[in-house]
Amino acid sequence: MAEVLVHVDHADGDVRKPTLELLALARRLGDPVAVHLGPGADLAAPVLAEHGAVRVLTADAPEFADYLVAPKVDALRAAVDAVSPVAVLLASSAEAKEIAARLAVRIGSGLITDAVDLTAGDEGPVATQSVFAAEYTTMSRVTRGTPVITVKPNSAAPEAAPAAGAVEELSFTLGPLATGTKVVSREARESTGRPDLTEAAIVVSGGRGVNGAENFGLIEALADSLGAAVGASRAAVDAGWYPHSHQVGQTGKTVSPQLYIAAGISGAIQHRAGMQTSKTIVAVNKDAEAPIFELADYGVVGDLFTVVPALTDEVNARKA
Amino acid sequence: MSLKIVVCVKYVPDAAGDRRFAEDLTTDRDAADGLLSELDEYAVEQALVIAEEVDGAEVTVLTVGPDDATDALRKALSMGADKAVHVTDDDLHGTDVMGTSLVLAKAVEHIGYDLVLCGMASTDGSMGVLPAILAERLEVPQVTLLSEVSVADGTVTGRRDGDAASERLEASLPAVVSVTDQSGEARYPSFKGIMAAKKKPLETLDLEDLDIEPEQVGLAGAWTEVESATERPARTAGQVVTDEGDGAKQLAAFLAERKFI
Ligand SMILES: Cc1cc2nc3c(=O)[nH]c(=O)nc-3n(C[C@H](O)[C@H](O)[C@H](O)COP(=O)(O)OP(=O)(O)OC[C@H]3O[C@@H](n4cnc5c(N)ncnc54)[C@H](O)[C@@H]3O)c2cc1C
Ligand SMILES: Nc1ncnc2c1ncn2[C@@H]1O[C@H](COP(=O)(O)O)[C@@H](O)[C@H]1O
Repeated sequence: MAEVLVHVDHADGDVRKPTLELLALARRLGDPVAVHLGPGADLAAPVLAEHGAVRVLTADAPEFADYLVAPKVDALRAAVDAVSPVAVLLASSAEAKEIAARLAVRIGSGLITDAVDLTAGDEGPVATQSVFAAEYTTMSRVTRGTPVITVKPNSAAPEAAPAAGAVEELSFTLGPLATGTKVVSREARESTGRPDLTEAAIVVSGGRGVNGAENFGLIEALADSLGAAVGASRAAVDAGWYPHSHQVGQTGKTVSPQLYIAAGISGAIQHRAGMQTSKTIVAVNKDAEAPIFELADYGVVGDLFTVVPALTDEVNARKA
Repeated sequence: MSLKIVVCVKYVPDAAGDRRFAEDLTTDRDAADGLLSELDEYAVEQALVIAEEVDGAEVTVLTVGPDDATDALRKALSMGADKAVHVTDDDLHGTDVMGTSLVLAKAVEHIGYDLVLCGMASTDGSMGVLPAILAERLEVPQVTLLSEVSVADGTVTGRRDGDAASERLEASLPAVVSVTDQSGEARYPSFKGIMAAKKKPLETLDLEDLDIEPEQVGLAGAWTEVESATERPARTAGQVVTDEGDGAKQLAAFLAERKFI
């Protein structure tokens, strides 16, 4: 059967959920072959096998961490040559998108980024994308070479599908571009203990209405009662109330959770671009005319300083 | 020392307007007014800041786009760029990222460069991958998605705030850099700047000038094909309640009904 390359997104072998989603999508197209670059392959391989990887190609080199993007392109290129896959799938993280893009030019193939669904078509994989701030849905296909496709988190459910997952060493050589951009230092982001924003099933976001860094505690408390991730509008981020890594929208993260709660957010097009595909949308805003209510499945016109803490109490009470 | 900076800027439909697809499933450029992509203003800004520090630095703004795209170039010139290059050709209609990157690569080589600066993503296509592809094509380092950038002694350094970590990057010139909207507010054109922009050189190039065959670009030369585009059904209006003391209770009931609590 045809094989599909799946680039593994992981932290030292801890496989991130979007990769498991990719494996589920890959199985619609053929047999998934996972490519694990960097340390921790022994940890990752059983998880990948559990989710359908027939083979796990592994490679590790200090250059993966010491230089930006390019060394991984060399390795993935070698995997393409070794496997001759019908498609190459990557998660839509900033880094993986750049790896995908460079790989695509290098192998002379078309590229589709930020797919939200993937199906097998007569002429190769068909990718669904949400465009123009998710106002439109398009279906696209790669017409040249081996389709290289990046897929957004939460586009499919991970599936248990035990497969052999035979681990094989991938041999590759670094090309002349590999060591162009040195990573001089790296400061890991502190973990908040909350779910990752893009992977979370529930996201609670605060905007300008939250009115101060100190008040984000209200948003966090609601998030914690629901086991949710915390997001923020650009206005809240620009004001310095919450870190940029939590920004939802065009220039922040795109989220597609089961439930999105927007508190004190007006719903500008650039914010909608990052959350419009959420399954259920809830808004709390004191302005009944705020555009966010046009999207909301449920809206409360009210002051977030009373509604949000009361809701947190309600949730905690119902859980108890 | 001299420093040649080329800033790639895109002319895009206004996000606040009515963005649509044309019948051939390319972006309908008549549906909404166009403007210089807001995210590329950040690239122009950083180019100007870098140029201010270096004697003999020159900032060229470059766009690939339809006739109206000169508006984007004029805006960048009025912010302070020195000259502009517009690549335009009927055969470019429907070009995808592979074609656009090919044209931009040929154009920056034609202009000559030490540093290519891009925005983090275009506000219409928003793939955010063109700078990486450009680096691949030009065979120079990619130093992308920087929220802070500086250039000194033939080296570019910057900070990239990734998902898991914040990294300090370093590469020698020539290089391709992209900057995010965290890199520093873009300046507004001054009246003097707007007047001066009218007299600044704006060169127009077509595919032949860049030795590009029409088959390599355009809708026919694209390596991807959009098969359909449908407007997302408007979300059915949900229920809106006004909080009169029990708003949170009602909301909790809704969340419970949907099994979130
Ligand atoms: C190129 C570009 C990219 C952008 N990218 C992003 C992006 O990634 N993400 C993003 O979010 N924005 C982005 N923006 C900015 C966007 O246009 C809006 O400016 C921003 O989303 C507004 O944030 P906000 O809704 O929090 O603030 P506002 O628009 O000021 O809305 C605040 C809301 O809070 C309500 N409110 C105030 N007090 C209370 C209270 N006590 N209780 C309840 N409600 C209250 C108000 O009624 C109002 O509706 C971008 C803009 C541009 C040009
Ligand atoms: N047609 C174009 N002309 C000039 N620059 C462009 C063009 N398209 C994209 N760019 C540059 O590439 C960046 C990323 O674009 P994209 O990959 O399309 O999101 C933009 O911010 C611009 O700097």
